[in-house]
Amino acid sequence: MLTPEPQKGNAELVIEVQDLVAHYGRHKVLDGINLTVRAGEIHIIMGGSGSGKSTLLRHLLGLRRLTSGRISLLGQEIEGIHRQALLELRKQIGVSFQGGALLSSMTVGENVTLPLREHTRLDESTMAIMARMKLEVVKLGGFEHFMPAQLSGGMTKRAALARAIVMDPKLLFFDEPSAGLDPVVSAELDELILRLRDAMHMSIVVVTHELESAFRIADRITVLDGGKILISDTVDKVRSSSNSRVQDLLNRRPREEELDADAYLARLTGE
Amino acid sequence: MAEARLGWVEQLGKRTLGLIAEVGYLSALLVESLYWLVAGSFKRQPVRVSAVFSEMMRTGVSAIPIVFLLSFSIGIMLAIQGIHTLRTFGAESQVVIGIALSITREFGPLITGIVVAGRTGSALAARIGTMVVSEEIDALRVMGIQPVRYLVSPVLLAMLVMLPALTVMADFAGLLGGAVYSAMDLGISYAAYADRVISVLKTGDIFQGLSKSCVFATVITLIGVANGFTVTGGAEGVGRATTRSVVLAISGIVIADMVFTWFLNR
Ligand SMILES: Nc1ncnc2c1ncn2[C@@H]1O[C@H](COP(=O)(O)OP(=O)(O)OP(=O)(O)O)[C@@H](O)[C@H]1O
Ligand SMILES: [Mg+2]
Repeated sequence: MLTPEPQKGNAELVIEVQDLVAHYGRHKVLDGINLTVRAGEIHIIMGGSGSGKSTLLRHLLGLRRLTSGRISLLGQEIEGIHRQALLELRKQIGVSFQGGALLSSMTVGENVTLPLREHTRLDESTMAIMARMKLEVVKLGGFEHFMPAQLSGGMTKRAALARAIVMDPKLLFFDEPSAGLDPVVSAELDELILRLRDAMHMSIVVVTHELESAFRIADRITVLDGGKILISDTVDKVRSSSNSRVQDLLNRRPREEELDADAYLARLTGE
Repeated sequence: MAEARLGWVEQLGKRTLGLIAEVGYLSALLVESLYWLVAGSFKRQPVRVSAVFSEMMRTGVSAIPIVFLLSFSIGIMLAIQGIHTLRTFGAESQVVIGIALSITREFGPLITGIVVAGRTGSALAARIGTMVVSEEIDALRVMGIQPVRYLVSPVLLAMLVMLPALTVMADFAGLLGGAVYSAMDLGISYAAYADRVISVLKTGDIFQGLSKSCVFATVITLIGVANGFTVTGGAEGVGRATTRSVVLAISGIVIADMVFTWFLNR
């Protein structure tokens, strides 16, 4: 078993997942997930396509019901949480979705001010200033009057990030920050993530495919495979892991499928 | 496939369960939207007045020309048919009674409802469905913004205001259509026609039409929204939901109308 027991004592845990099991219909997508994220760390979730990363993220965000297990965020149990408590919790969490998920009917500026408008009683000009500040942080100053459809892929991701951090969350989730971006922009985003952690003391969970970016920014890495955690440890430990599947992923080696002629035939004939 | 192997009894059972689940979902949606309209401001999560106004513009004001045109035409048609029928009894001057009652009690609200179901019901399903597909709904949730409060309550309120308002206008347009044709065919003056209408109509007739339009507003909103929220399968799914919501909303309106009319006129 490569998954180490969560080390206690050195830092407060912002995320604690115990024995999480999740299904889509009858299909088991997550199986026995144990995961901890410490305050102030950048935690990367990696894994091949279909390994369950997005599903895990949706569970961490309280968007899906679990089959069994428990999740706590910022010390709060998610399952069975009271509506009002969930709302308070969500005010301390920022999420940047894979596709940005900016509301397409509003300008970038209105998108960024939306959480402020809904959750605070600041006046218009203060909200506008705060929105502009966050847009400056993600290098989108001057774009507040653009509609989301007028932004490029990288700009959309950065605008979504600005919205995610506008309430100064303690915990930030970032799904695929660099997917489909050119190396320069993606390196800039990595810098930004590091700065957010250092300057604003956020704990950050990043789902990514990009190994380079993962090793550049991560404190700890969790590798998912087929709905299970292969390893969840520091960058160095993950790099030096003796697990062959981890090494395959790190070295981008294609998975060697055991050739079982009968099973292969059965799959082709759709039985 | 498993579906095909089910006997018709199981099929029927499945359908029935599906229908019950759907009605349950619609009711829950209604309760939640009303809850936010009433309790939102106490919980410091109010339904925004500006959102309600922009919905009123979108669903109501821009529907005025088409509702007017259709109701006016219906008024003319009712006059033509009424005069034709009554002529066999030599009672064509009584046509005003028929026009006045059937417009205010039936055709005004129904035409308005069908037009709005086609415009707003489908637009709602498309708008919310697109938001589901692009994770905008999830984004709202994780920002701590209740999608029903933010997206549905303003529409429901706007519809509950605008549909009766449009219906009143439709009543006028329909009566006007009837007046124009009656004047042409029977030579009834507009003043005499108006006198006749006023003496025939009771507040109960208009109220019946207006309360129907409130039911229609609720049906259209809920069906459009529910179809949007349950979209699966990308852009194609949005298209399916849009079509489905128009068909269901119009069927819902006509059936609700029948039930309502039956109860009110027993
Ligand atoms: N809405 C859904 N309904 C049914 N099964 C789903 C659904 N979404 C995902 N799955 C299944 O769950 C498994 C994990 O999917 P998930 O989206 O979490 O993977 P992922 O690690 O995010 O992959 P990728 O890197 O390609 O985004 C896959 O086998 C997928 O087929
Ligand atoms: Mg994914």
